[in-house]
Amino acid sequence: MKQLALLLRTVSAWVITLLVVFPLIWLVLTAFKTELQAIRVPPELFFTPTLESFREVNTRSDYLLHAKNSVLTSVLSTLVGLAIAAPAAYSMAFFRTRRTRDILMWMLSTKMMPAVGALVPVYVMAQTAGLLDSLTALTVVFTLSNLPIMVWMLYSGFKDIPPDILEAARMDGAGVWGEFVHVIRPLATGTLASTALLCLVLSWNEAFWSLNLSSAKAGTLATLIASYSSPEGLFWAKLSAASLLAIAPIVVVGWFSQKQLVQGLTFGAVK
Amino acid sequence: MNSKATLALACGLALCGAAASATDLVIATVNNGHMIEMQKLTPEFEKANPGIKLKWVTLEEGVLRQRVTTDIATKGGQFDVMTIGMYETPIWGKKGWLKEIKPEAAYDVDDLLPAMRNGLSVEGKLYAVPFYGESSMLMYRKDLTDKAGITFPERPTWEQVRDAAAKIHDPKAGVYGICLRGKPGWGDNMAFITTMANSFGGQWFDMGWKPQLESKPWHDAVTFYVDLMKKYGPPGSSANSFNEILALYNEGKCGMWIDATIAASFITDPKQSKVADKVAFAQGPYSATPKGANWLWAWALAIPAGTKNADAAQKFITWATSKEYINLVAKEKGWAAVPTGTRKSTYANPEFMKAAKFAEAEKKAIDSANPNDSTLLKSPYVGVQYAAIPEFQAIGIAVGQQMSAALSGKATVDQALKTAQSAADREMRKAGYYK
Amino acid sequence: MNSASVAARPDEAVHIAAGAPNAPAAARTGSHRLLPRALMAPAVITLFLWMIVPLVMTLYFSTVHYNLMQPGDKAFVGLANFEYFVTDPDFGASVVNTLLLLGAVIVITVVFGVGLALLVNEPFPGRGIVRVLLISPFFVMPTANALLWKHMMMNPIYGVLAQVALFFGLQPVDWLTDHPLFSVILMVAWQWLPFACLIFITSLQSLDRDQMEAAGMDGANALQKFWFLTLPHLGRPIAVVVMIEMIFLMSVFAEIFTTTGGGPGNESTNVAFLIFKQALMNFDVGVASAGALFAVVLANIAAVFLIRMIGKNLD
Repeated sequence: MKQLALLLRTVSAWVITLLVVFPLIWLVLTAFKTELQAIRVPPELFFTPTLESFREVNTRSDYLLHAKNSVLTSVLSTLVGLAIAAPAAYSMAFFRTRRTRDILMWMLSTKMMPAVGALVPVYVMAQTAGLLDSLTALTVVFTLSNLPIMVWMLYSGFKDIPPDILEAARMDGAGVWGEFVHVIRPLATGTLASTALLCLVLSWNEAFWSLNLSSAKAGTLATLIASYSSPEGLFWAKLSAASLLAIAPIVVVGWFSQKQLVQGLTFGAVK
Repeated sequence: MNSKATLALACGLALCGAAASATDLVIATVNNGHMIEMQKLTPEFEKANPGIKLKWVTLEEGVLRQRVTTDIATKGGQFDVMTIGMYETPIWGKKGWLKEIKPEAAYDVDDLLPAMRNGLSVEGKLYAVPFYGESSMLMYRKDLTDKAGITFPERPTWEQVRDAAAKIHDPKAGVYGICLRGKPGWGDNMAFITTMANSFGGQWFDMGWKPQLESKPWHDAVTFYVDLMKKYGPPGSSANSFNEILALYNEGKCGMWIDATIAASFITDPKQSKVADKVAFAQGPYSATPKGANWLWAWALAIPAGTKNADAAQKFITWATSKEYINLVAKEKGWAAVPTGTRKSTYANPEFMKAAKFAEAEKKAIDSANPNDSTLLKSPYVGVQYAAIPEFQAIGIAVGQQMSAALSGKATVDQALKTAQSAADREMRKAGYYK
Repeated sequence: MNSASVAARPDEAVHIAAGAPNAPAAARTGSHRLLPRALMAPAVITLFLWMIVPLVMTLYFSTVHYNLMQPGDKAFVGLANFEYFVTDPDFGASVVNTLLLLGAVIVITVVFGVGLALLVNEPFPGRGIVRVLLISPFFVMPTANALLWKHMMMNPIYGVLAQVALFFGLQPVDWLTDHPLFSVILMVAWQWLPFACLIFITSLQSLDRDQMEAAGMDGANALQKFWFLTLPHLGRPIAVVVMIEMIFLMSVFAEIFTTTGGGPGNESTNVAFLIFKQALMNFDVGVASAGALFAVVLANIAAVFLIRMIGKNLD
């Protein structure tokens, strides 16, 4: 019976996953095609792969510069964000007051203004501060855009920790810092990892501010992709190749962090 | 600031000053093939002009336009050279946002095609130099029309086009009679529909600036368009723009296509087209008048008035649009790949005419398009497939959405035109053209 | 510091805490009141500054006539910008479409997200790969995502979905023409499903397995276990997913602009698209600011509504 359940689970998980990921698989396939092969009807499943599109992307755009900018802004904004958000989430989760939910909602409301409506104010602000086309501006914008998300996710994760464990730690005389390092951090690794990964991805893919606040020096991979969208002429193979190059670093990070993602509370599993 | 900090700062600046003797030119450009080619030839320019380094920002057309407009209007100063179109140039030139361009004699500014030069000038002053120009024309599959016994005159009528489409329409064999743009956008479907309306005798605004979308020519043109596409067009047309149709055409699925002349260079390229040697060209179809039946567009290089590197910028833009540059591209990639539609000398060059089979038709199209006189009745605006007023972008997309609705059958032609008219009227009223 | 040593403590911890229920609470109030505020301060202050400056500027711009193409004109016009924005003929449809998009994507991602998270909650061969694969659509950039769907999947002639339909002898569906809003919903849901999955997968890790086993031994079947144990545990993450998605989905417009251009007609126009039309086509900062403020109001209304439905789960 157990075997059958396992088989069912495996098959259904794989089938559904492959269906969900199919468009992505198609993207990967197209990246290795020529433009002519990419538009063929019926679409080709079997073809001789070529690195032509990747080569074109590499010679045409400064991939390394854009990748470096993406890495810097994403990583910095995630780290700074976590440094600010974690204490706030900790405070709200374990020192709850009447106002906690209001503050949570207020934080979320700071993201309610569509970016496109705030473009001119922010552009003027950045220009006044002399921060147009700078990594500083992008990092600041990413950090502040993701901060509410981080607070919410960390809050939710911290609330999953049974208060009894904290009690026990306090009984043993652990101060706040001790609590955090010895109790919270190990238990909340999953939440911290998934929050960090999420915000990394959100910053990585952030296109609106990246495009508008950068020009020659601070362009990220998101702006690189923008240069491959819809020119006059066939572009799908190149766009796929560029997209693949753009998401490759993130997928690698995701792959290596997936153990951390699912670590955390495993009550009863270790017996 | 204390003295130590000031000293440190001064040293830092001095170092920076020493390192930055090279001028960095930031160039915003569109990601079309010719511009990409220009980017690749950066080393040539930098070799000939030591001390100037080119920094590129390449974006898709719509995004580029938004980006450079936001920057120039807020005086952001992010770009030294901007790639703008024939739409922006008259508007920005009038506002004094662009530096007037006075090229040297060696540049031979008289060699520029008159249509291009006039389209990029305001009161005789040149505000942008054309890098690449295009018009629109009919590109049809000669093998299919020959089989059906059809011949086209140099400029066919819309009825002739419809009859031809009917004869070569064969969905079972995977060929659709005619493919036309349908995706909402002032430069997407509206570019084409405007030329169609022009050729039926219509105009966007009368001399009192009132929109004319419910006039008879517009009604006839849009009805014809919707009918033609419903009967002989491919499915999914209401989301199709240049690239989608290019893919269809290259796969042999379109019998006819009316679109930008640059399409011809793609569909006749055996490396990306299955039907490269089966294409022939004719001028944009007309009904009541050939005026405005094919559009005029140029991507041009302009210098924002606020730039600090005006001299270097002028050096660059005159290099990129010179005869020498065109020869350079010909040497590197062949005559079929040079940016066209800008200079008379290009079309006078026999090697070019031999390599680019579409060149003759393209030149005819460009010569026949006049943004100052593109409608049957006199119009207060400049532009063939658009009206060069700032409000046009928002009006264009609103009308484009309605045309797409009519095409997809979600609204009747009359309903669509009525909604379009009221949207246009609303914007014009708000902008103060009339009360 | 590894999970084994921690897991060994809960039993003790429960006993100890049960023995002295009130003492910890008393110890917490007095001296700790300053600490929580200090911890929250950086987040609150930075967010406040980040929010207040653009907000004030937007409020100001929304009451003046400010068109980038006509600089120098900043005459006070009161509520005229707001009036212009809400009297746009597409306005009503855009509000409806925004709410439809919101609701549909949230429902799809939560329902399928929970389902998929449950599916991969137990070990099976290749589980690690499956988990990474499920999260991967979130990594693709929204514009690339939109173009991918429009050209490669949904085109009725050369798209993959059309080919599949033809393979089964069916007529291909013209997604973007006949079902524009649904197509956009599909694209956006595909991109956000991994987000929901990730949060639910992470949360399910903290599900108390002892409790589950005990319930099983008491005779509860899978469905009952799900309804009474799993679902309440997922209450908070679901609330988090719903609220976060609401915020992002309100401003979806890159997908719409790239694929359908808001059409046909206004079938896929949403409020963000209207604002975009004013801000980046008309360059009318005044009306765009008015529109942005309206969007904030709409988002607040939606938030209040959602909080009423799922708010208690947040605590």
